[in-house]
Amino acid sequence: MTAFSAAGRWILTALMGRTRNLASLWIVGILLGMIVLFGILCPPNTFLSAPNFRSITIDTSEILLLAAGQTLVLIAAGIDLSVGSLVIFCAVISAEVLGALSPVRQGYPNVLLAVAVATAASLTAGAFWGFINGWATVTLKVPPFIVTLGVLWIALGLAQVISGGINVASVPPQLQDFFVFGGLLGIVPWPDVIAAVGVATLWIVLARTRFGLRTYALGANAESLRRAGVNVNRHTILIYTIMGLFCGIVGIMDVARFSTASLSAHQLDNLNAIAAVVIGGTSLFGGRGHMSGTVVGAFIPAVLRNGFVILGFQPFWQNVVVGIFLILAVYIDQVRRGGLPVWRRKRSGREGEQRA
Amino acid sequence: MTSGLQSETEPLLLKAIGLRKDYGHVRALDSVDFDLRHHEIHAVIGDNGAGKSTLIKIIAGAVQPDRGTLEIDGREVTFSSPHDARAAGIETVYQDLALADPLDAAENVFLGRELCYGGLLGRLGFVDRRAMHATTAANLRDLGVNIPSLTVPVETFSGGQRQAVAVVRATVWGQRFLIMDEPVAALGVQQTTHVLDLMQRARDEKGLSVILISHNMPEVLRVADRVTVLRLGSRVGTIAAKDATPTLLVGAMTGALNMLGEAATS
Repeated sequence: MTAFSAAGRWILTALMGRTRNLASLWIVGILLGMIVLFGILCPPNTFLSAPNFRSITIDTSEILLLAAGQTLVLIAAGIDLSVGSLVIFCAVISAEVLGALSPVRQGYPNVLLAVAVATAASLTAGAFWGFINGWATVTLKVPPFIVTLGVLWIALGLAQVISGGINVASVPPQLQDFFVFGGLLGIVPWPDVIAAVGVATLWIVLARTRFGLRTYALGANAESLRRAGVNVNRHTILIYTIMGLFCGIVGIMDVARFSTASLSAHQLDNLNAIAAVVIGGTSLFGGRGHMSGTVVGAFIPAVLRNGFVILGFQPFWQNVVVGIFLILAVYIDQVRRGGLPVWRRKRSGREGEQRA
Repeated sequence: MTSGLQSETEPLLLKAIGLRKDYGHVRALDSVDFDLRHHEIHAVIGDNGAGKSTLIKIIAGAVQPDRGTLEIDGREVTFSSPHDARAAGIETVYQDLALADPLDAAENVFLGRELCYGGLLGRLGFVDRRAMHATTAANLRDLGVNIPSLTVPVETFSGGQRQAVAVVRATVWGQRFLIMDEPVAALGVQQTTHVLDLMQRARDEKGLSVILISHNMPEVLRVADRVTVLRLGSRVGTIAAKDATPTLLVGAMTGALNMLGEAATS
């Protein structure tokens, strides 16, 4: 029995690194409860079926990647509102590159090369904007809320300028065939594979590495990190750059999935990603959070939408429920920590006096 | 261990000569000499605006003096940043402690200087928590510190325990001496005793010297070997703690006395 629990704890520790990285259990319970409830209520072989599971995971893959990056940003006490626009910008760049290197009127030549260059362009563009976000935050000392709000408009505007304000649709169809209908070993859809690898990487980085530890410290008390001799500005820029890089990944993924770079989709991605992270128990004030919670938080909207559609409800109820969960998640978190809500606590020289 | 008063034949650990610092028209520090011996707790006291924090900021590398020099082990040094001072083995425990609340004690002790695994994992930045915990536990034991657990966030600790973590971190990394800025200002009686004991053990067990900034007379007289009094940016004098009384020190701080005991640097 003890050996069993010790082994269990070891596995948990190996996975999570630390208890602080564990999702709030109640939100895991909510997701599982939802799955069970829809499983019972929906007709057999609808909700609980492999194709449906496949569609839920593919639907969630992009927001999962954005939420994973946003987890890092929020733990570091930052925020990135620009992610949706960055996805649009990166998608437009990718689609333009694909259209230029593999033109439709020549019957889509050089598809592989075009895809490779488009992917590189998308990742580079994303990382570039992320760098700009981080750089402006630390050197201009403008709050990240404002910087990334500004970049939201700049990147969106430039995407519209580059595309002339219309969706870019000159994408080789082979890309979609491969990406959507193929999969790892022919089974696991590529969007799922990319999302899993991306999330797992950031999960491990956060839970097990020096970079992760410093990210928590940066969000909790930047001065502590500065006094410990760490280049806080560099760390901050790196975090936003990673976030941007993930937007670049989502940009090329989106083009591959839909064979077009849409200018109107993704505009709410920033808020969806932040909601997923916060529902998962990460604090908006920095220093606290866990990737496991983000994963759960990212799946909740997709599961709700999917279940409601199968049950014949209007899928818009999903928005209502997610909004309630968001408020509830933060409320429960505050109650669990006990005492004053985080936002009413003084940030410096805190409990020392009370406890002395 | 040698007491601070008997080590006059050794070179001084730290010698500051003629330090001056102006902030605009305000002279925060005026021709101040200061020295620190091996295995010594040297208290610096003074009223608000006496220049205590300017003095320690210069020694900690956070502020650069307009005039004057610093010598460590008889060699002149220039600190252009706190990083330089840390590299010279000087650790500072500031009043606000600079702990990262959600991290545990070991992670705080090793913040910025994390222990990583060897090989590829280490190159990728994977931290070796086991090693960090072991080292932290050993240091806590050496200094007689009790904390509830090594694996819970330090935000769950009491004020005294948080102070202890900050002091232990300084003793782990401070190879030459520690600067402690008002370490017990926010603590209750019992926790004050713990932290003062801790300071003495850092001197006696680890052979470290401590510059103690304080305006708590009983605390100063209990642990310090020598006391330097500053007033309005100048040094009133330095005196062996065994020769000092609260009345004497208060007199020197407030200007009722213009001189104080031995000349420190002679």
